[in-house]
Amino acid sequence: MNPALVAARAGLSRGRIEFKQALTTPGDLITILITTGSFLAVVIWTRHTTVPGLHFSLGTTTLVSVLGLNVVVYGVIIMGDLLVTEREDGTLLRAKAIPNGMLGYLVGKVVNISGQIAFTFTITLLAGAFLFTGLAIGSPGHWLTLAWVLALGLLATLPLGAVLGSLFPSQRSAGGPMLLLLGGLTAISGIFYPITHLPVFLQWAGQVFPLYWLGLGMRSALLPNAMAAVEIGHSWRHLATFGVLSAWAIAGLVLAPVVLRRIARRESGSGVVARREKAMRR
Amino acid sequence: MKDVLDVRDLRMRYGKTDVLNGVSFAARRGEVLALLGPNGAGKTTTIEILEGFRMRSAGEVSVLGADPAHGGEAWRARTGIVLQSWRDHAKWQVRELLAHLGRYYAPYSTANVTRPWDADDLIETVGLAEHARKRVRNLSGGQRRRLDVAIGIVGRPELLFLDEPTAGFDPEARRDFHDVVHRLTDREETTILLTTHDLDEAERLADRILILTGGTIIADGSADELARAMSGQSEVRWSRDGQRFVHAADDATAFVRELFRQYGESVEDLEVRRASLEDAYMALVRQAEHGAPRRLTAVAA
Repeated sequence: MNPALVAARAGLSRGRIEFKQALTTPGDLITILITTGSFLAVVIWTRHTTVPGLHFSLGTTTLVSVLGLNVVVYGVIIMGDLLVTEREDGTLLRAKAIPNGMLGYLVGKVVNISGQIAFTFTITLLAGAFLFTGLAIGSPGHWLTLAWVLALGLLATLPLGAVLGSLFPSQRSAGGPMLLLLGGLTAISGIFYPITHLPVFLQWAGQVFPLYWLGLGMRSALLPNAMAAVEIGHSWRHLATFGVLSAWAIAGLVLAPVVLRRIARRESGSGVVARREKAMRR
Repeated sequence: MKDVLDVRDLRMRYGKTDVLNGVSFAARRGEVLALLGPNGAGKTTTIEILEGFRMRSAGEVSVLGADPAHGGEAWRARTGIVLQSWRDHAKWQVRELLAHLGRYYAPYSTANVTRPWDADDLIETVGLAEHARKRVRNLSGGQRRRLDVAIGIVGRPELLFLDEPTAGFDPEARRDFHDVVHRLTDREETTILLTTHDLDEAERLADRILILTGGTIIADGSADELARAMSGQSEVRWSRDGQRFVHAADDATAFVRELFRQYGESVEDLEVRRASLEDAYMALVRQAEHGAPRRLTAVAA
């Protein structure tokens, strides 16, 4: 059988095993629950506030936008963090030491993170269905929109996470800048408050990045169509969403293999040892 | 038949520093080679070049008939690697991890070699049967090391690299590890290249010892050959009338015979010590550091 296909299949089961581990390792599970829980708390807090100019719960809008944020958190931040960590502990080197191991490793990461995103989505939507009003989850068209926005979102974010993870030399150096980046991006992407209330230049800045479009896409999938009225151009702008997310996906998919090959080529036993010694001295 | 390892005039330079100055050696199928040398001698650099993890500056290197810098995945499938210390896959269970990593080797089975090694059989072989369902992070240092060896051989490699495999081991773990290596070379005809600081380990495991210092191989031979070639003298110790004596003799047997002829029953506490690998190693490294390096190829002459 084709070795690459075998490795890709091994990668699928690798992803399933890692996902199962994330849900059965107390530390990991707590991290997932706290992340999801704290977003939910913010949303519940704003449940009775209404979207400016409309009789619609700001909480419900935010709940849905946070789903878009979750894709970026897992696809970029968690993916990047895993890559940095596993470069440090030698997992990446191990993948390099076995035939087609890098392929299996990457497929595994994609499956694992997609699983974690699905898990958070489920929790968030379940909470939403019971605690919030106004979610448009009744028709298949909405679920279809959710599916393509999510799929495209994964393609746009996961390679980006891999690239970012490759740029940082160690886990300690990665955490701060990545969170800062995410915080800044969230503020200008209309996740917790409509983007139309921001100065115009910030609206433009926000629309460059995938986070805004993921939020918009999620809102278009899960909110009543009338809610498009408060968006830029009073429209869900599906075509633009597809265009921008695709552009990020293509950029990431072109860049990621180059960067990953570069870091994989540099991995060696003495490199892993040197990084650990450096980490222990700090 | 072609050598499994063939290294000729290997050179490695970082900036202006030469780490390897023309290293040459070869290994036949099934041979166990130990690469010895002081810290910074270039052992790890050499082994990483052979593993295909590091580009060399110059020289010819053939590993399993291919240049490791362009080995490819099929070549990779025929090698096994055990590095100094791994901390990876901490959340995985032992059996789960071995079964998973084995899958990648399945397409590389040949008529002679079935890949991968069956996970349960392998776990038995390295003595981890009772820990098969434990998470890797819960293994002791010695158990973790056995798992590393198991992962290194799960693809039934024709060539196995062991980089300081027993650093930080307690004596029992070390002995267990040696047993595993012996089993491997007896049953599987695996060629092994190992680096170590432990002379005793080199003597126990290796068919042939290479001493690397100052970026070149200064000695190449079996432990016995090296010891004899370096110092033909043995040390004889005895006591007589409560006084202790030490004498270095070229022919210890003749010397002792003469000793008994002269002093008979008053000779006590007799000890004859052959020159050890350690003596040879120390002498060789010291010589290389002070004088011009010369290559000693010990042939049993």
